[in-house]
Amino acid sequence: MQEKINKVLLLGSGALKIGEAGEFDYSGSQALKALKEEGIYTVLINPNIATVQTSDGIADKVYFLPVTPDFVERVIETERPDGILLAFGGQTALNCGVALYKSGVLEKYNIRVLGTPVQAIMDTEDRDLFVQKLDQIDVKTIKSEAVTNVEDAKRVANELGYPVIIRAAYTLGGLGSGFCDNDADMDTMAAKAFTYSPQILVEKSLKGWKEVEYEVVRDKYDNCLTVCNMENFDPLGIHTGESIVVAPSQTLTNKEYHKLREIAIRIIRHIGIVGECNVQYALDPESEDYRVIEVNARLSRSSALASKATGYPLAFVAAKLGLGYGLHELKNSVTRTTTACFEPALDYIVCKIPRWDLGKFKGVSRELGSSMKSVGEIMAIGRNFEEAVQKGLRMIGQGMHGFVANKDFVIDDIESELNRPTDKRIFIIAAALKQGYSVDKIHELTKIDKWFLNKLRGIIELEGDMEKYSELEQVPTALLREVKQKGFSDFQIARTVLKTDDLKMQEGINAVREWRKSRGVLPVVKQIDTLAAEYPAQTNYLYLTYNGSAHDIDFAHDDRSVIVLGSGAYRIGSSVEFDWCSVSAINSVREQGLRSIMINYNPETVSTDYDMCDRLYFDELTLERVLDIADLEAPKGVIVSVGGQIPNNLATRLADANVTILGTTAANIDRAEDRHKFSSMLDSLGIDQPRWKELSSMSEIYEFADEVGFPLLIRPSYVLSGAAMNVVSNKEELEHFLQLATNVSKQHPVVVTEFIENAKEIEIDAVAKDGEVLIYAISEHVEFAGVHSGDATLVFPAQKLYIETVRKIKKIAREIARELNISGPFNMQLLAKNNFIKVIECNLRASRSFPFVSKVLKVNFIDIATRVMLGVEPNVPAKSAFELDYVGIKASQFSFSRLQKADPVLGVEMASTGEVGCIGEDYYEAILKAMLSVGYRIPKQTVLLSTGDQKSKTQTLEAAKELQKCGYTIYATKGTSEFMAKNGVASAILSWPDQAGNGEPNVLDYIKERKIDFVVNIPKNHTKDELNNDYIIRRSAIDFNVPLCTNARLANDFIMAFCNTTEQDLRIKSWSEYK
Amino acid sequence: MITSKPARLVLEDGSTFEGYSFGAPHSVSGEVVFTTAMTGYPESLTDPSYSGQILVMTFPLVGNYGVPVKDETKWGLPLNFESDKIHVKALVVSDYAFEPQHWHNERSLGQWLNDENIPAIFGIDTREVTKIIRERGVMLGKIVVDGSEEPALFEDHNKRNLVAEVSCNEISEYGDGDLRIVMVDCGAKYNIIRCLIERGATVVRVPWDTDFSKMEYDGVMLSNGPGDPALLDVVVENIKRGIEKGKPIFGICLGNQLLARAAGATTYKMKYGHRSHNQPALECGTNSACITSQNHGYAIDPSNLGADWEPYFTNLNDDTLEGIKHKSGPFFSVQFHPEATSGPVDSENLFDKFIDEVKKSKK
Repeated sequence: MQEKINKVLLLGSGALKIGEAGEFDYSGSQALKALKEEGIYTVLINPNIATVQTSDGIADKVYFLPVTPDFVERVIETERPDGILLAFGGQTALNCGVALYKSGVLEKYNIRVLGTPVQAIMDTEDRDLFVQKLDQIDVKTIKSEAVTNVEDAKRVANELGYPVIIRAAYTLGGLGSGFCDNDADMDTMAAKAFTYSPQILVEKSLKGWKEVEYEVVRDKYDNCLTVCNMENFDPLGIHTGESIVVAPSQTLTNKEYHKLREIAIRIIRHIGIVGECNVQYALDPESEDYRVIEVNARLSRSSALASKATGYPLAFVAAKLGLGYGLHELKNSVTRTTTACFEPALDYIVCKIPRWDLGKFKGVSRELGSSMKSVGEIMAIGRNFEEAVQKGLRMIGQGMHGFVANKDFVIDDIESELNRPTDKRIFIIAAALKQGYSVDKIHELTKIDKWFLNKLRGIIELEGDMEKYSELEQVPTALLREVKQKGFSDFQIARTVLKTDDLKMQEGINAVREWRKSRGVLPVVKQIDTLAAEYPAQTNYLYLTYNGSAHDIDFAHDDRSVIVLGSGAYRIGSSVEFDWCSVSAINSVREQGLRSIMINYNPETVSTDYDMCDRLYFDELTLERVLDIADLEAPKGVIVSVGGQIPNNLATRLADANVTILGTTAANIDRAEDRHKFSSMLDSLGIDQPRWKELSSMSEIYEFADEVGFPLLIRPSYVLSGAAMNVVSNKEELEHFLQLATNVSKQHPVVVTEFIENAKEIEIDAVAKDGEVLIYAISEHVEFAGVHSGDATLVFPAQKLYIETVRKIKKIAREIARELNISGPFNMQLLAKNNFIKVIECNLRASRSFPFVSKVLKVNFIDIATRVMLGVEPNVPAKSAFELDYVGIKASQFSFSRLQKADPVLGVEMASTGEVGCIGEDYYEAILKAMLSVGYRIPKQTVLLSTGDQKSKTQTLEAAKELQKCGYTIYATKGTSEFMAKNGVASAILSWPDQAGNGEPNVLDYIKERKIDFVVNIPKNHTKDELNNDYIIRRSAIDFNVPLCTNARLANDFIMAFCNTTEQDLRIKSWSEYK
Repeated sequence: MITSKPARLVLEDGSTFEGYSFGAPHSVSGEVVFTTAMTGYPESLTDPSYSGQILVMTFPLVGNYGVPVKDETKWGLPLNFESDKIHVKALVVSDYAFEPQHWHNERSLGQWLNDENIPAIFGIDTREVTKIIRERGVMLGKIVVDGSEEPALFEDHNKRNLVAEVSCNEISEYGDGDLRIVMVDCGAKYNIIRCLIERGATVVRVPWDTDFSKMEYDGVMLSNGPGDPALLDVVVENIKRGIEKGKPIFGICLGNQLLARAAGATTYKMKYGHRSHNQPALECGTNSACITSQNHGYAIDPSNLGADWEPYFTNLNDDTLEGIKHKSGPFFSVQFHPEATSGPVDSENLFDKFIDEVKKSKK
């Protein structure tokens, strides 16, 4: 050990966003655990309040502040740590750390960077330095050369070797780029490119090469090892975050595997990393030639995946190495007897599949490429590829049942879809195989290794074998066993053999299950132990497989086991907040001396750390799998209310299968979930709700529209394309939307709800016991109703509600809790207008805002709820939100910059990928901290206002006046400018994008030239499919990285906040200092 | 649908595992051992150290990249294999890849096994087999393929001198370097020869019982090999004479055990051995550890190690001795495989160290 470190600052990664998600909650939590074990005082900066790492008992001190150099410096000034960890908070923390190093802050406060030195980080981040550095050790990188004429282009191409890719410099959108296979191609392509640009870049094309990654660890004694390697199913060209990935590699020979491994070790040594890094390779599928694509000198999404894939706690070990330990001085945390200085041996295969939510965005391209668009991922474990991939395709939760036996969907042109992959790629392959495309042909179009394609074809063949039968009794047991071994679910068997109708599916599944059990075709439980059974494991990191003949563990059946169902893949609408809830529930179960059993399959989570619970089943959250586990464990009960909607949806069917649901009964959960049942319950309780109807013809819809008036919220039950929900303001929009998005019919009814404008939206999170509310938290949205509650900015405690409103909400909550006899967590969303309250929905489960309100109030709602569900006395503190001397704001993080062409506008469909929660002594301080945490900057000089319709214009007028008072230069589009002029606010007019060249200054130029620091653009209505001026302004703001606000009320409050508070006014106070 | 012939693995303790045949359709018996290596079956199967053994692979997916081209050679040695034939008695896997895919693939693993008349079985819970062996120790077993005659007995091949069976019959030379290295072939993996040639050696491969001390050479390489080192006193006596002669000696695996016996130590049979690519070896007295490839069922008991000798490496997992070295002379050996193939190449620098010693002693 080097000189004693007493206090360490760890930088978190902030809100979840595309490319930087839950994996950093996992790695940060592990690092904090490792430091704590050493008796080091830990300080964490992370505004992401929904994370596990910002919970009580993980770090000694937590700051819910932006991870930016300014704020971090101020925390350093206050805390004076001896050391800092930069590698555990993704690119956000790394960039912040490098900035602090460059500006001399770290030196000034004499802070040691633990682990990898900053110079090494910079060597990997700067492309030129990186190439130079690797050249020094004869490691090949991807190089490009700039040329100015065709002859030079050919010379370079021949030096690099065809095929090459050429890119015209200084152009946008790939204009003038393309592939050349030979000199003749180059003659034409280069000539064309030079018409766009005087310079072109020639680069070796690695299209179709395999993409392989290694996770490498090094200690200060220069001991190195690779924890895991991974192979992408999709070849180079598709971002590794967008690719299906398997670990370990499957198509590499020993020579290839160890050649790349040796290079990875050579690189980590030469760069001088202490801790962990990731090396990405391109590998020629026709030789052993390779290129290094990049090196990440920090924990990454891949390292989180590698940790889960192997059971090797990479982040924990990396933190220990940063403190000066050698690998040989650390123990393997699974066996607890052997050393951490080893490379895990797997006796299974894992398959990672990304989860996309592109359907939530208007206008976004579905094509996959070199930038990341997925919002989450899953990891499936099996003992062959087919088992793992079919499990995985069920886990991503997009209505698929595996590789086969899925619902049909429309494919326009199979070959072009194969060639230009989208988020549906794997299912396009299934369709192609089914249509008789050969593996060779699919390989030609996709460049996916034939090994994978052959395995997939095998699944299709098995489906064919099964389809020959129509009764279960006819199917040979050997075939049944084989299809289960290849990952078929009971659902798939029901569909292929019984040809079960969707409506009777549950009966079919039950029949398959019964019959399968009678034939003794049952899964076995296997342990992940890092050493492929060479040494006994002390932990219970488990999965189920049909490729085995014996269980690795015993089952006590002592009525002490409690199963907690986790949240599955992160997606828009369900993310790290449910992981926090799951972990909290697990902790409470453990505290009661019960055996905690977790089921979840998301590699980005803390709940899937095998030391968080007594038994971790890293497996599916399907009814079939949960029942398999329940059959084996015979638990005291199952908790379905802390993992979000996936477990909640299983409640009724689990109860039907005689599994004990802890807490609120399944029947009552159903009464809240079922629209009709819930509605009539509200009616009988005399509680108001927005008027709605389920309608199956256009004439009924018109009739309803006449009755309640526009705008209306339309929710089709069957969606053709685009968003599932929409608000329409008039008849034309209604027709347009229904034509575009849906079929209206008896089979596919549409739910039409009156949409109340300018209503406040309010949420109540609460816990009840036997129908009596024990504790509650009421929050209000900054935005008016119409912005999805997951995108809205939440204020807790609510600051601007009438006391009467609060009283009414409490009363409604009590009545509903009593009626549904709630025991456990619940959440309600309500509308309030002029003290009239309407209930929008009620979920008898924890909600997205549970961690936020729990941490602001400092009362763990999940702990109380879990105790209630376990039947133990909950310790409910007598604490009221009215007594808080501070206010919390939860703000949403959007990832529009990653989603090319998507319209960055908010509506009834959720679009945010993450959130933060910040605390301030007043509303403005809190909102400013929160907005800065999700990437807003306080404008220096200029603001663009384009504030939509009359109502929005009025709503933002106060802010405009304030801007003028503070000396901001205000630019505005024409209507806004005129409106403000009438109201005493001066502004300079910028003409609309489509009026470019009319001599007036154009808004687009000003955004591009960064003459505008902040853009406010309020869309004029909720629906219009506007590929118009407003869209262009919004999109340009995103593309040119200018902060954008599209909601009048939020814009108003943000402007009021920064006009009345400077960044220096924002107090640097830790969570514990708010009392 | 699986159409392969049913087959089963029967262990000495009576445990039976049902699977399907994918190699030669006959039955055999042998010592059942497991390896946790995740790559490199062409190399492993041709490793003579596996002679007499039924090899169980814990990594479930086997055969994915087929079997590389057979005829490629370098320095008169096949480029892609560790000897001229498959040495395992039989192979046991969980999931066999019927459709291998690789640019260098010539035939499937099943085809190769058939060509070399080696039985193999898939569909076995190799993790469970491994756990049985881990708990009860290595044991004998049989592969029984339907329709073939079941061996009456569980045969223990270790009772025979397996080294005599796998060693070469005559002296041959490889490479044309300046340094003359005698390699005592106890069942050597070819990559030992390759590693020496690459470093400027001419390798003189001699049969296992050759009294090399009577030959002209600059250094001695004691190779790996199968079976019980206690059966090889002839070699141990030759080594003792070699030590007296003073030229550098480098032992690998069985060579390590033989050098230790020459240094006074005894050897013992381990409960289930080390067969994997992830064994950590710490160089004694340093903080330097490396990940090694291993394949051995016997180990050195250091208690009687001569006073002139000291431990060189130890295993970080179970503290077993991973190598010895002479306190003053240029004699050392390691239990692991610095020549790798298959496995990690981290300790290949031991060949550099050996060649340095050879050069030094030549001056």
